[in-house]
Amino acid sequence: MQLTVNGVPIDATGSAPSQTLLRFLRTRAGLPGTKEGCASGDCGACTVLLAGPGEAPRAVNSCITLLGSVAGETVVTVEGLAGSEGPGRHPVQAAMVDCHGSQCGFCTPGFVMSLAGLYAADGRGDDAIREAIAGNLCRCTGYRPILEAGRRMYDYPPAPVVPECGALAAGLNHSGALPAGYHRPRDEAALQRLLREYPKAWLVAGGTDAVLELTQRYAAPDPVLDLSAVAELCTIDDGTDALRLGAAVPYSRLEQLFATLSPPLVAMLERLGSRQIRNRGTLGGNLANGSPIADMPPVLLAWDATVELAGADGGRRSIPVAAFHRGYRDTVLAPGEYVAAVTIPRAALARPHRIFKLSKRFEDDISTVLLAVSMEREGERLGAARVAYGGMAATPLRAAAVEEILTGATLDDATIERACAAATAVFTPIDDVRASAAYRRAMAAALLRRALRELREGVDLDIDAVEALHA
Amino acid sequence: MRKLAAQGPVPPAREGATDPVGRGLPQDSAWRHVAGTAVYVDDMPTYPNQLHVATGRATVARGRLTRLDLSRVRSAPGVVDVVCAADIPGNGDIAPVFDGDPLLADGELLYLGQPVFAVAATSFEAAQQAVTLAEIDCEPLEAIVALTAAVESEYYVLPPHEFCLREPEAALLAAPLSLGGELHMAGQEHFYLEGQVATAEPTEEGGVHVYSSSQHPSEVQKLVAGVLGLPIHAVQAEVRRMGGGFGGKESQAAMPACLAALFAVRTRRPVRHRLPRRDDMVQTGKRHPFWNRYRAGFDEQGRLHGVTMRLAGDCGCSPDLSQGIVDRAMFHADNAYNLQAARIQGVYCRTDKVSNTAFRGFGGPQGLITAEAMLDDVARRVGRDPLDVRLDNLYAEGDLTPYGQPIEESVLPDLMRQLADDCDYRARREAIARFNGENNDVRRGLALTPVKFGISFTAKHLNQAGALVHIYTDGSIHLNHGGTEMGQGLHTKVAQVVARALGVRFERILVSATRTDKVPNTSPTAASSGADMNGMAALNACNRIKRGLVAFAAEHFGCDEGEVVFADDRVGAGGDSLPFEAFIKLAYLARVSLSANGFYRTPVIDFDRDAAWGRPFYYFANGAACSQVRVSALTGEYRVERVDILHDVGDSLNPAIDLGQIEGGFVQGLGWLTTEELAWDDTGRLVSDSPANYKIPTAFDLPEAFNVRLFDRANHAETIYRSKAVGEPPLMLAVSSWCALRDACASFCDYRFNPRLDPPATPERVYWAIEEARAGGDR
Ligand SMILES: Cc1cc2nc3c(=O)[nH]c(=O)nc-3n(C[C@@H](O)[C@@H](O)[C@H](O)COP(=O)(O)OP(=O)(O)OC[C@H]3O[C@@H](n4cnc5c(N)ncnc54)[C@H](O)[C@@H]3O)c2cc1C
Ligand code: FES
Ligand code: FES
Repeated sequence: MQLTVNGVPIDATGSAPSQTLLRFLRTRAGLPGTKEGCASGDCGACTVLLAGPGEAPRAVNSCITLLGSVAGETVVTVEGLAGSEGPGRHPVQAAMVDCHGSQCGFCTPGFVMSLAGLYAADGRGDDAIREAIAGNLCRCTGYRPILEAGRRMYDYPPAPVVPECGALAAGLNHSGALPAGYHRPRDEAALQRLLREYPKAWLVAGGTDAVLELTQRYAAPDPVLDLSAVAELCTIDDGTDALRLGAAVPYSRLEQLFATLSPPLVAMLERLGSRQIRNRGTLGGNLANGSPIADMPPVLLAWDATVELAGADGGRRSIPVAAFHRGYRDTVLAPGEYVAAVTIPRAALARPHRIFKLSKRFEDDISTVLLAVSMEREGERLGAARVAYGGMAATPLRAAAVEEILTGATLDDATIERACAAATAVFTPIDDVRASAAYRRAMAAALLRRALRELREGVDLDIDAVEALHA
Repeated sequence: MRKLAAQGPVPPAREGATDPVGRGLPQDSAWRHVAGTAVYVDDMPTYPNQLHVATGRATVARGRLTRLDLSRVRSAPGVVDVVCAADIPGNGDIAPVFDGDPLLADGELLYLGQPVFAVAATSFEAAQQAVTLAEIDCEPLEAIVALTAAVESEYYVLPPHEFCLREPEAALLAAPLSLGGELHMAGQEHFYLEGQVATAEPTEEGGVHVYSSSQHPSEVQKLVAGVLGLPIHAVQAEVRRMGGGFGGKESQAAMPACLAALFAVRTRRPVRHRLPRRDDMVQTGKRHPFWNRYRAGFDEQGRLHGVTMRLAGDCGCSPDLSQGIVDRAMFHADNAYNLQAARIQGVYCRTDKVSNTAFRGFGGPQGLITAEAMLDDVARRVGRDPLDVRLDNLYAEGDLTPYGQPIEESVLPDLMRQLADDCDYRARREAIARFNGENNDVRRGLALTPVKFGISFTAKHLNQAGALVHIYTDGSIHLNHGGTEMGQGLHTKVAQVVARALGVRFERILVSATRTDKVPNTSPTAASSGADMNGMAALNACNRIKRGLVAFAAEHFGCDEGEVVFADDRVGAGGDSLPFEAFIKLAYLARVSLSANGFYRTPVIDFDRDAAWGRPFYYFANGAACSQVRVSALTGEYRVERVDILHDVGDSLNPAIDLGQIEGGFVQGLGWLTTEELAWDDTGRLVSDSPANYKIPTAFDLPEAFNVRLFDRANHAETIYRSKAVGEPPLMLAVSSWCALRDACASFCDYRFNPRLDPPATPERVYWAIEEARAGGDR
């Protein structure tokens, strides 16, 4: 297998299938500029840029990216970032120095790469900068100078982010040899063949969840079956009746897709993980990992979505998302079966809806409670209502009792209060590191109250919707 | 003031074309940071025979090790060596001050996750996989995990201690009003981005050379020698830089260094021990949680008459540095206020958890926030704006602290008034009152709080430093000093001092890695003292070199020694001068020494701990911050809208670096007080053991408007070029944000009282505080 690193083709044959890109860079490639701060996707010190042939570079966490998954791609590390003055003189780097953006410097390569990704996309403005670096932690600077560098980087002589790399990558065999035991099929037929051949294979899509098994618990799976290049799984079918989303579509593509379809979803997605996580993490992985605190399932529940499952033998079945989760981290996926796609009816998408994510830290944090509400309005009355929660039970769950109260009701204060009381009553959440059960129950009601009031009054009750203070 | 012992008087600040002092030069490594070429310990190349260390851990919080079967570990792929406590040739206790920190558990288990044995294997992964194969049986004993339980059962690591000023109990009784309160505050994980790491290489003499990410290389050297049973000179420790320290690498860096060194000597191979993040979070100490109680007696204006406090620190399973830390909490329990009469009691509690350690502020923040909570409560009781109550209680020159140090310089009355004016405190207070009167879903809060922080190690002997300066024949200068670089810009500041002292261009100077064989017996880079002490030591070295150079110059130029000037990269006298390098070449040929070491010890400090009276601090650093926040009554979510800071760094050596320390310290303090929530379960297991569930601030969390300015006033004490220490004090400026959150919550009960809001004020805790305020009728 070959990949290019900073424009130089590198041979990576002989690596274990569980080798991460970060470990490879820091040891075999002799490029220790990329740092490990956590090995779990949380700190961004390991950020590198990745680009397939002809693709725009995107920031990823190299610590949880498997080497086999970047076969044939171009990797740019901090050492290879080039500008008009040669390596080490990219405008981002100059701006970081001039703004005093580093103190201990350990987070710095990661910030430089995240900002270089933003620079390549010509992203401007404070919101864009914050969004680009939300997955990078700095313990020293307090971030102000780094934000400043993000603003000032455009003041320097312009630079290509990946000089010549695109050309080099285009000349490479995209399906070059992979580490033995690493399989990255290109279509479903090949995927199913491999599933039959290796019924015990370890499945991975974006790896943002699965690879933590390797980096945190030191598992060394073999063989590895990578879903991220299966063409059908990467397809979005924008049909007239429904939207069919391939399971291996990463969040960053969903953000673009939903930009006009659902601003509430986009606002939530901007807080799902970080830019690096969203460039890799997939919808299929969010469902298949069966987590009760995954952010997409409540949304899919509120939209009456169905999941399409396919098996090694080519069999397919579609089930409502509501039937997919069986218990805590347990789904109906049978051995050899995988998530192929998720289908959302257009009609459901068109209903007024609200999606609220509550977490201890605003950015890049797992939800304490997530609420997705969608409802039809028939004049003064409500039609069908969907109220789905994450973080309140062992699985993502619709609150049937609440929906019953709302369906067909007039949205007056009494109804809202009854619905909120029901939302508190129906769940028995747990105390954990993120919140107490009591707070979760209070929030089940509080978020619902906010959603219902917003839908009724057309107001925005977000804490950030408040006017500035005029002294 | 007494004359400094080890050097001449400090030259006055001099404005000059080449004078770098006071300029915002970038950090010496800035370009290497952004290019990825700055080398951290784990970036050093490995050898083909390199070994990597991992540790096996205790599975109970307190108990005894009954069986340890490592046969499967020994035969695991890649494993080369395995050690447990019995294999340590020297002293297995790596405690910094008092005993009690075994490198590997020796029968007795002190906390869940404690290293019990260690392996060295051919790869990082092989070592980590191997340790999971151990069979460890532990006999559990009843563990005390909660601080409250430790206080109640008097489970201590050290005996309680107290300061007493005048007759506080009588003053409380006589005061027109009184109140009491308490605060439970959580600890804080350092979360330096670079985890603990060390590499050890065997030397031909049978010793080791250790590369460590440590704030205290001399301690690493001493402890490694102790563990190996070698004289100290057989071990050298070297620190080029750390990827963050914040106190977490003062004593805690010793463990990986000692294990790596032990294996290096046993196997005669290079050995690296890097703690993966989870091990780092579980196996190294954190900021001390505290449970603090206070009673205040005061008048109708809120002027204090007397205060009693009990500060109970959660030291974890051993003393480590806790004596100094709880002491420093006590030293800062007055913050900036004249308590008039006070009894400050410190309790050094033991819990069966990892031993807590130094963290920026060293206990000071936990004492200081208690004073601020108390002042806010007093203000509510008397119905005055908390800022006015604060101003009325500030120390004036000549007042006495509860530990007997007189206030020589009272900066805060001016500083706080200036800040209040500059940031429109009064107008905003009114606007917020109006806003809160009209809004129920979102409310705002405001607070302006001071910081007064004592500068000096309270362990007197640590207040010494050394430096080494060489001038080479081409005029390039090599600087080495006892301080370590962890991002605070120390090397840059000390190089600026040297450049001014020798009157040369900054670029002439290269600072190299801190090494125990260049400057010996150093103190930790801690207590904000790095630039103060090492800057002075470097200046002393320069002055000693200059003595010879001046004599030679007088001879060369045919003038009096007093006429010789080092300035603008030249050396001269009268009208005559030479470029620095030309002069140096001549000096070399004339056999003048071009190298000297320097030494410094902080003057005047003198504190008697037993009597709890004296002068522990050379001077105080000051600052104040005004925070404005908004909170959502629906969810408890909040935003820090605006922060204005005015901070006293004396005459700044480097305003850009100082600004970075202030902003960074503030945000770190904000994390401690808002989203950083350490959690342990009842069995003593750390539940918040990764950045996935322990949340330090991101760029989004910094204040929406953030205005930081330096307060322009020279240090009255004779510090290096009249600058002030800046490392720790700014962390406590974030207390203003916590007070502002509490202010916003109190708006829900019309400011009749402050609801309970124990730090960290997570959205959940803010929500409950608002609920308490709303239900406030029954209080
Ligand atoms: C720092 C960080 C922050 C995060 N923040 C959030 C957050 O805010 N909200 C949130 O919801 N999640 C969050 N996550 C979890 C994130 O991993 C998932 O949301 C993501 O969607 C998983 O997708 P993936 O493709 O990376 O899955 P992978 O890691 O590749 O796989 C996860 C699991 O699903 C299986 N799998 C994947 N795809 C399929 C398929 N098509 N069919 C069958 N099985 C499959 C794998 O075998 C594996 O068991 C975060 C993760 C990290 C590391
Ligand atoms: S090392 Fe922290 S995100 Fe990769
Ligand atoms: S500069 Fe130290 S973590 Fe960012």
